[in-house]
Amino acid sequence: MAAEPATVEVRLPGAAGAQVSREGIVPTLARFCRKKPLGAAGAAIMLAIVLMAVFADVIQTHDPIATEAADTLARPSATHWMGTDHLGRDIYSRIIHGARVSLMVGVGSTIVASVFGGIIGLLSGYVGGKTDLIVQRVMDILQGLPLLVLALVMSAALGPSIPNVILAISIPIMPRAARVIRASVLSIREFQYVEAARALGVTHLRIAFRHILPNTVGPFIVLATAQLGSAILVEATLSFLGLGVPEPYPSWGRMLSVSAAEYAQKAPHLVLFPGIAISLAVFGSNLLGDALRDTLDPRLRGA
Amino acid sequence: MKTYLAQRLGIAALTLFGMSLVIFVLLRLAPGDIVDILFSTGGYVNPSERVAIEKELGLDRPLWVQYVDWIRHLCVGDLGKSYRYDLPAWEIIRPLIPVTVELAVLSLIIAVLLGVPTGVISAVRQDTALDYALRVVSLAGLSMPSFWLAMVIILVLVAWIGWIPPVTYVSPWENFPLHAIQFLLPALAVGYRSSALMMRITRSALLEVMREDYIRTARAKGQAEKTVIWSHALKNAILPVVTVIGIEFAFLIGGLVVTETVFNLPGVARFLVQAISWRDYPIVQNLVMFIAVVVILSNLTVDMLYGVLDPRVRYGS
Repeated sequence: MAAEPATVEVRLPGAAGAQVSREGIVPTLARFCRKKPLGAAGAAIMLAIVLMAVFADVIQTHDPIATEAADTLARPSATHWMGTDHLGRDIYSRIIHGARVSLMVGVGSTIVASVFGGIIGLLSGYVGGKTDLIVQRVMDILQGLPLLVLALVMSAALGPSIPNVILAISIPIMPRAARVIRASVLSIREFQYVEAARALGVTHLRIAFRHILPNTVGPFIVLATAQLGSAILVEATLSFLGLGVPEPYPSWGRMLSVSAAEYAQKAPHLVLFPGIAISLAVFGSNLLGDALRDTLDPRLRGA
Repeated sequence: MKTYLAQRLGIAALTLFGMSLVIFVLLRLAPGDIVDILFSTGGYVNPSERVAIEKELGLDRPLWVQYVDWIRHLCVGDLGKSYRYDLPAWEIIRPLIPVTVELAVLSLIIAVLLGVPTGVISAVRQDTALDYALRVVSLAGLSMPSFWLAMVIILVLVAWIGWIPPVTYVSPWENFPLHAIQFLLPALAVGYRSSALMMRITRSALLEVMREDYIRTARAKGQAEKTVIWSHALKNAILPVVTVIGIEFAFLIGGLVVTETVFNLPGVARFLVQAISWRDYPIVQNLVMFIAVVVILSNLTVDMLYGVLDPRVRYGS
C-alpha cells in the first residue's frame, strides 16, 4: 500500500485507503480498536477461529473422525473436554476441525460471490443500456427466491461436496454483490477523472478495471464481510439438513442434525457446543462487518 | 401509479418465467429421479417396470415437452400430481400454507413488539452502555441459527419442567392451548432473530429522523420529549421497518425449513426439503413458484404501502 503514489490515493472519493497508507498499519489498527470496540471484538473472534482452523491438527486432543464404541455420549470431562457424540467421537476436536469447513465454505462462497458478482456489476453498470437491463433482470430472477431456498435446490442439484456447497451458496449471494457494485459504479462513472481517461483514449476495459474498480473497494469489503456471516449460517443449515458438507468432514451444522436431536435429552452437550460455535463465528463476522461498514462507508451507517 | 403498477407486474411475470426455467433445469440436473429413488429403497430393479413408471409419470418425454406441459397446466391452475403420493399436488400443498403463514406472522408480531421499542431506546440513548448492550443482544439474535435456539428452548423446557413438545401437529380446533404453545415456541426463536433486524433498522431510521427540522420545531414548541420521540419521530422512522417486515415475511415463508423440522410442523419449507430428496418434481416446482410469488407480492405490497404511508413518495414511470 505504501508503494502506491500518494497523488493517486488522494483523489479517491472514499478516503479510507489514503489514511491507511499515510498512518501505517499499527496506529490505524489501534485507532480502530479504540473507536470501534465491538468491531475489534469481532475481529478478535474471527482471528481466534482462523487460528483454530489453521492449527486444528496441533490443538486437537483426539482424531476428529475416530469412533470409539466404548465411550459414546460421554459427558464433558478431562479426556473429552466437550464430551463425545453417539459414535464416541470427540466433540472438541470435531469443533476445531469444523472451523476449517465452516471458514472454507463461508469465505470461499463469499469470495466467489463477490468476485463474480462484482465483475458482473462492474460491467453491467459501466456498459449500461440494454446489457444493463438484461443483466439486472437475470439478477432479479436469482433474487426472486430467499437465499436459503435457492441454496437448498442448488445443493440438491449439484450433489454434496465442498466445492458444490460453495457454489450453491455463492450463486444466490452473487446478485447482491452485483447490485452493490453496480450502484457505486453508476456514480463513479460520472466522475471527471473517468471522462479525462476516456478523452485520453484509454480503452473501456482498462477504464473499468483500472480506474473504476479500485474505487469500489470500500463497498466491496463491506459487502463481503456482511455476507460472510450469512454464508456460514446457510452452510450450517444445509449441513443440518444433510445437503451440505458430506461425511467425513466434521461440520458444525451436521453435528447438530438429526442424530444430535435424537440424543439431545441424554447428552445436551451434543446440541450446545456446535451451536455456540456457529453463533460465535456468525457473531464475530457480523460485529466486524458492522464496524467496517461504519468506517469505510459512512453513507450506510447504522442501516 | 397505474403505469407503475403495470410495469412492476410485467417485471414480476418475467421474473416468474425465468424462475420456472431455473427451477426446472436445476431439478433435472439433480442426479436420479423418483424412479431411481423408489427402486433404491425397494432394492430391486426391473427394467420393464421402470420404463412403465417413467411412461406413466411422463418422464420419458423430451425435457422441453415436460416443461411446456408444466407451464401450460400451471397457467390454468392445474399443478399436476405428486409423484410420491399419487395425489393432486394442490391437495398436498394447500394444508402446508396456513401452517407456515401462521408461524411467519406470529414470528413477525413478536419481532416488531421486541425490535421496535428496543430500537427506539437504543437510538435515544445512543452510544451509552445501554445502547451497546441492546445492540450486542440484538446482533446475537441475528447470529444464532434460529433452529438451534429452538432446540435449546426445548432442551431447557424438558430439563426444567419436564415438558416435551408434541411430536405431531395439533390443529387449533383440536386443542387450542397446545396448538398455541406449539407455535409460540418456534415463533419466539424465529421472532428473536427477526427482531434484531427490526431493532437495527428502527434505531438507524430514528437517528436520522431526529436530526430533521420538524423535530426541532416540535421541541421548541415545548412538546414533551416522550411525545416527540414516540409520536412525531417514530411515525416517520417506522417506514423502513415496513420494508423489513415485507422482506422478512418473504424470507420466513421459505426460510423456516429447519425450525419446522425441529418442531415437527407440517409447513411449506419442511415439505420442500422432503420433496427435493424424493425428486417429486411437481411438488418442488410448484412450491418454489409459490415461494417466488410470495416474495414478489410482498415486495410489491411494501412498495405500494409506502405511497400510502408516506405522501412524499411518488411513483414515477
